[in-house]
Amino acid sequence: MTNATETAVANDTMAPPENTSGITGWLKEKLFSGPLNIILTVICGLLVISILPPFIEWALIKAVWISPTADACRADRAGACWAFIAEKHRLILFGLYPYEEQWRPLLAALVNIALIVMSCMRRFWNVRLLYIWVIGLALIAWLMWGGILGLRYVENTNWGGLPLTLILATFGVGFAFPFGIVLALGRRSNMPAIKTLCIIYIELIRGVPLISLLFMSSVMLPLFFPEGFSIDKLLRAQLAIIMFAAAYIAEVIRGGLQAIPKGQYEAADALGLSYWKKMGFIILPQALKIVIPPMVSLFIAMFKDTSLVVIIGIFDLMNATKASLTDTAWKGFSVEAYIFVSIIYFVFCFSMSKYSQQLEVRLATGHKR
Amino acid sequence: MASQSMIELQGVNKWYGQFHVLRNVNLSVKRGERIVICGPSGSGKSTMIRCINRLEEHQRGQIVVDGVELTNDLKNIELIRRDVGMVFQHFNLFPHLTVLENLTLAPIWVLKKPKAEAEETAMTYLKRVRIPEQANKFPGQLSGGQQQRVAIARSLCMNPKIMLFDEPTSALDPEMVKEVLDVMVGLAEEGGMTMLCVTHEMGFAKAVAHRVIFMDRGEIVEQNTPDEFFANPQNERTRTFLGQILH
Repeated sequence: MTNATETAVANDTMAPPENTSGITGWLKEKLFSGPLNIILTVICGLLVISILPPFIEWALIKAVWISPTADACRADRAGACWAFIAEKHRLILFGLYPYEEQWRPLLAALVNIALIVMSCMRRFWNVRLLYIWVIGLALIAWLMWGGILGLRYVENTNWGGLPLTLILATFGVGFAFPFGIVLALGRRSNMPAIKTLCIIYIELIRGVPLISLLFMSSVMLPLFFPEGFSIDKLLRAQLAIIMFAAAYIAEVIRGGLQAIPKGQYEAADALGLSYWKKMGFIILPQALKIVIPPMVSLFIAMFKDTSLVVIIGIFDLMNATKASLTDTAWKGFSVEAYIFVSIIYFVFCFSMSKYSQQLEVRLATGHKR
Repeated sequence: MASQSMIELQGVNKWYGQFHVLRNVNLSVKRGERIVICGPSGSGKSTMIRCINRLEEHQRGQIVVDGVELTNDLKNIELIRRDVGMVFQHFNLFPHLTVLENLTLAPIWVLKKPKAEAEETAMTYLKRVRIPEQANKFPGQLSGGQQQRVAIARSLCMNPKIMLFDEPTSALDPEMVKEVLDVMVGLAEEGGMTMLCVTHEMGFAKAVAHRVIFMDRGEIVEQNTPDEFFANPQNERTRTFLGQILH
């Protein structure tokens, strides 16, 4: 009895907890809550102060923005030479594509980006999307190759830069993803032959670096072809990327499949759903939702790994950048060039990451496991 | 003779490794008969009813459901599963689909019903389990009792001839047991449905069962009408078990 009344009194006179909202509250709680925290805050503050102003000075204040030759940049090396990018951006973005035709790869890249953005929007998630892709890909092929309807034919050895990187990544993901699903299901199959085959494939591919796969596809593979028969170099690189990515995708999906409780399989079985309907309607939608975070990491890694085609002489975004650095008139501005391509890569990768976070929220159905 | 009975188990045996879960089980269930199966845990009662729709495979003996024998033939398995509905201890609703989608998926893709018709049927059954207002929610937003009622409705949407219940109330909070049992009693009272129910709800057994079966260590030890079974258990093991669950 007395206890209860005492607490009631205490409740009446108790002060509210210390304010943790607002700027001061936030500072107090997050940055200066204890001795260790204060020390870390000070160290980080010092680091920022010592790095940020010089960088801003170099990149913005003392930078040379416009200049027809490299002389203005060479005169004062204290600032960045963005004039280099202004001069070379078309080589970096479009590689060796014929200069006067470069509006074509630009359009192709925009179509490619539009296709991906549309695929990300939920209201396009129906059969229409398939038609959109067929039309979009035909458009890209026409723009890049040409040869008909008034466009000059451009061999794909001349393709390069950002459109090429986008094409390699899009087709890489587009084909590796379904292939990966099949491999993952195969690895969990009850049929020993299929299971063994999938395991061998996955382990073999995962045991080899992508570079060696690319080398093999470009150097070794032609040795096995009959005389006079050859597959295009770009296509071979694309195949190597697809085969490589599929093995990793399969393992990520397998992780998701294992997280689905046995009861889901049993309920689907008990309702009389066939294997493919069970997988397609019940198991895969749940498994894929679980693996969104690792899957997107994989896609991001794949997007960046396309730059490894450098080693077999394909002029993707990265290799085109390297090529731009070889001009003797503009030698010595590699930092600017690499910052420029890094920003391009970052924009794409960060968008993927942001989209995946959104997707997770949007697909949540209030069922936490 | 065989066509008289809905389910026929003859000399059914099953092992998990060395462990003999089902020992020579013989059971004949008539069309429209309602059977409650009880027994201590590990006695094989769940395994037995899960053999009837091939969620578990029996290794010896014969199981015939509505004239179709269960073998490795996938066609037969599909045929039987179409006619046998099952309600699980842990509901096993599909969490990524709404309640309505849970109910219409199999009718649309297995029975090839038009969507509108499947939805109409689904709403009828949702009304019958008294939660039509939850049709567009996801299972994760419902209480356990509501989820189990949805699971029952999901099975009924396939218009099954047989309903198997695998401990449908044992994962529920106590206050939700009654709402699920009420639905099951309602289903039983309509008649016509062959029901096999693994449960320890003896009140339910007394109210609706034609026959109560007691299983222990993989065998059917005793079976009788509910009145006789509870008033006058013959076997020592049955008496011990009943003594433990009826306080």
